Amino acid sequence: MQFFGGSTAVEASPAPAAPPGTLTGLAGNNANVLYIFNRNGVCLLYREWHRPLRTLDAAQDQKLMFGLLFSLRSFTAKMDPTSSEKGNLGVPLLPGQGCSFHSFRTNTYKLSFMESPSGIKLILVTHAKTSDLREALRYIYNLYVEYVVKNPLYVPGTPIKSELFNTNLDQYVKTLI
Amino acid sequence: MAPLPPRSGDAVFANIERVNAELFSLTYGAIVRQLLTDLEEVDEVNKQLDQMGYNIGVRLIDEFLAKSNVSRCADFKETADVIAKVGFKMFLGVTASVTNWDADGMSCSLILEDNPLVDFVELPDTCQGLYYCNILSGVIRGALEMLCTSY
Repeated sequence: MQFFGGSTAVEASPAPAAPPGTLTGLAGNNANVLYIFNRNGVCLLYREWHRPLRTLDAAQDQKLMFGLLFSLRSFTAKMDPTSSEKGNLGVPLLPGQGCSFHSFRTNTYKLSFMESPSGIKLILVTHAKTSDLREALRYIYNLYVEYVVKNPLYVPGTPIKSELFNTNLDQYVKTLI
Repeated sequence: MAPLPPRSGDAVFANIERVNAELFSLTYGAIVRQLLTDLEEVDEVNKQLDQMGYNIGVRLIDEFLAKSNVSRCADFKETADVIAKVGFKMFLGVTASVTNWDADGMSCSLILEDNPLVDFVELPDTCQGLYYCNILSGVIRGALEMLCTSY
């Protein structure tokens, strides 16, 4: 699966990018990209720290990401050998239902995913050698609660425009291994 | 690393920031008083309190999920228990008891023994029919709607 490393026939296929944060002199940020979606697929936040290749425009990219995670969750839950309850493949899953898929890794990057029962989905793309990021995602969810949800002037379901949240997020992401 | 187990209401309540109970009760009383003055109709005040609670609930659910780590409840009985034991404890500092289940398991009552909202409050005869704590029903409605079981 190569969404960020590969390309369509128009651009020449580049060599896999070197893992950032370790070799390149990149301001210490160890994550590449963060997405936050709500339960309706609205992209509340898209933040990128290091993304050498963009193949789609932003709206398409976010739709693709949401669709990917939606299908992956459904697919991993239906394939669960330990679970007894299995609906048909087409039935949409509720957040928290079925086993929870939390990351996938390719040779160039690792994508970590967390979904809260209220439907907030956090997606963090980092370099491939990262360890388990579930704690990190939970911390970012807490940051979201503190700086976004508790802000009375924020309308739930709209893109996040909070400077405080962005600053704290950047600071935290610098500390990720 | 395995996911964290859900924290009990007491554990969360011990770590969370708290506010003076009297300030809380008096502020809520001032809100209700002002609504009664502005709207004059007891039914209107009930509706407004419910709406305010709803707006609180849609935000509160994320804080609740982030701090308490509970996973999706299997059925309504479990939901009622989690609200009573973890939710109320975390935000109001008191637990509720769940009683009065009907035959289908579709409705129940949450009883608050000592409700911090009603400290110092005595309703006069002019306010018959006022649901003083209606904000709580709004909060529960808003929070559960964000977890709603149908797309």
